[in-house]
Amino acid sequence: MTVAAASTADTDVVVVDGLTKTFPGPPAVTALHPCTFSIRRGDYTAITGASGSGKTTLLSLLGLLDTPSAGRYLLDGIDVAGLDDRERSAVRAHRIGFVFQAFHLVGYRTVIDNVELGLLYQGVPKGQRQRRALDVIEQVGLSHRRHARCTTLSGGEKQRVAIARTLVRDPALVLCDEPTGNLDSTTTQQILELLDSLHRSGMTIVVITHDPVIAAGAPRQLTISDGVLTERQPTHATQH
Amino acid sequence: MRRNTDATQRSILRIRDALAEALSVIAQRPVRTLLTALGTILGVGAFVTTTGLAETARAQVSSRFDALRATEVRVQDAAPDGTNPFPVDVDERLEQLNGVNHAGLTFAIPDNGTIQARNTATRPTGTTTPIPVIAATPGAIDASLPTMAAGRNYDQWHQQRGEHVALLGRVAADQLGITRIDHQPVVFLADTPYTIIGILDDVRRNPDLLLAITIPTTSADAQFDTRSVERNVIIDTAPGAAQLIGTQAPLALRPQQPERLQSLVPPDPKTLRNQVEGDVQSLFYALSALALLIGAVAITNATLLNIIERRPEIGLRRALGARRTHITAQITLEAALTGIIAGTIGAILGIAAVTAVAVTRTWTPTIAPAVLLAAPLIGVLTGALAGLIPALKASRTPPADTLRG
Ligand SMILES: Nc1ncnc2c1ncn2[C@@H]1O[C@H](COP(=O)(O)OP(=O)(O)OP(=O)(O)O)[C@@H](O)[C@H]1O
Ligand SMILES: [Mg+2]
Repeated sequence: MTVAAASTADTDVVVVDGLTKTFPGPPAVTALHPCTFSIRRGDYTAITGASGSGKTTLLSLLGLLDTPSAGRYLLDGIDVAGLDDRERSAVRAHRIGFVFQAFHLVGYRTVIDNVELGLLYQGVPKGQRQRRALDVIEQVGLSHRRHARCTTLSGGEKQRVAIARTLVRDPALVLCDEPTGNLDSTTTQQILELLDSLHRSGMTIVVITHDPVIAAGAPRQLTISDGVLTERQPTHATQH
Repeated sequence: MRRNTDATQRSILRIRDALAEALSVIAQRPVRTLLTALGTILGVGAFVTTTGLAETARAQVSSRFDALRATEVRVQDAAPDGTNPFPVDVDERLEQLNGVNHAGLTFAIPDNGTIQARNTATRPTGTTTPIPVIAATPGAIDASLPTMAAGRNYDQWHQQRGEHVALLGRVAADQLGITRIDHQPVVFLADTPYTIIGILDDVRRNPDLLLAITIPTTSADAQFDTRSVERNVIIDTAPGAAQLIGTQAPLALRPQQPERLQSLVPPDPKTLRNQVEGDVQSLFYALSALALLIGAVAITNATLLNIIERRPEIGLRRALGARRTHITAQITLEAALTGIIAGTIGAILGIAAVTAVAVTRTWTPTIAPAVLLAAPLIGVLTGALAGLIPALKASRTPPADTLRG
């Protein structure tokens, strides 16, 4: 498949062609074999796979946290393969949101500080940061905890702060790596519903999970096994 | 709009925000920050104390003691052979020289117990503490910078005629019970009456004058056996003239044989003191620098530990769009802030130390404003330099690894 950037830019947030990741050993590990797929704007995609199958590796490539060994990647219409650190940082700052299994909040800061952090490197002025942060904190139902230190929050609350931090950035692509991995089933349900509502509001979301039940809730599923990505249950016409 | 490729969408960290982020880290751990800063505090504190003390002492000394010592020249017999090497008109010859305020000859009159200064004609039977007798020309007394309690100094007229006049030092006057001179009190020196025409309240040189009765040298030479006395000349010079007068005085006094006389010139006291102080000061500066170096290493170490501890946070910031340079800037800024805090505390401690020392010696504490401005600057530079290596290391943290798991 060839990627036609101009024609796909409007509908496809992610267009990947032959993307590969080999960690130079020794021993060298090919964590991701060449894969080709695209994700349309507004899609909700689950990627499942066993532990060590290469899920996080793929997500790091999609989120520009790591560089591929080979392949092309168009993110939001931008060919990101040839960008330097400065440009990749800019793309991350303005177009990508992350939700991690371990939350990755700055523990000694308050809820509102952590949410504001999502806008810090976009260069949004303090006053505006604060206003927008309060908005999304309300959206995730944590207004009453907005001045609490993050170390004092429960796991579910922490993940909601992390989601608010992503939400406030208004990213083109939200990447979630085992977002419910550290949560019990009730809290997991709440977080999934929250992600669902983001999807309904038009966000493009990719969720990584090893839990087939969670994956089953996603309209589109990709499976990765030993670094090989396959489409499981196409619900969209993604085969170009 | 957002969805389109927009070249103006950059990753930005505003200076205000960078400062606020760094401050929040520092404020988060005040005790740790202080411990990290300890070496730098000591270094800057030692620097301010050293500089301040040196300056305080210098200001103090040059305002009082130095000025006096630096304007004093003495001339002695270089090869005593029992004859008087000095001319009779010492005062006139020397006071002609440019830079001489007062000059004159003085010597102590040896007393074998027969002079016995007293204010009655008859000798008392009991022995009292003998009052020393000093011979001095009027110029020598003036060169001692006297203040009079009563009366006046004798002058060249008395000196040239060998008048029997005398000055009493304050202590000698007390001893003799003489407090006023308006009734022309008389003191007997070996049965010869001398009229007291003045009482010295204080002198800034030759404090012996306060204990003694002083008479013109001509009178002393006429009355007593003064052949073997050790004569010397005292000169009060204008500031800065001492060295020059020291070379000119022997020539002025003995043009034919100046080598018979020897000038005692104060070693230029400022140079000497600066030299001595300079040695001590360099030692302290070296110690300050050493403390600063240890302080810098402490900051480097603490920052290295800190960035290892904060790897996930650094990875997160990268994920949120921070550039490498943003991470470098923030970590350096944190270290620099630690340094500026250390510099400020060090300066305060230094001021306290200088003030404490000065107060116990009743000096005026003196510290140049430049030193106080330099203190936080030294702190900030130490911190920034110390933080740079950890900061660069932090910026190289691969975000994918730190965020995994
Ligand atoms: N920096 C690295 N160097 C070498 N090998 C690596 C590196 N990072 C990951 N790997 C390897 O790549 C493979 C895929 O790892 P990855 O973290 O993507 O798996 P995963 O599917 O996310 O697993 P999990 O469900 O346990 O998180 C693993 O075999 C892992 O050991
Ligand atoms: Mg993983």
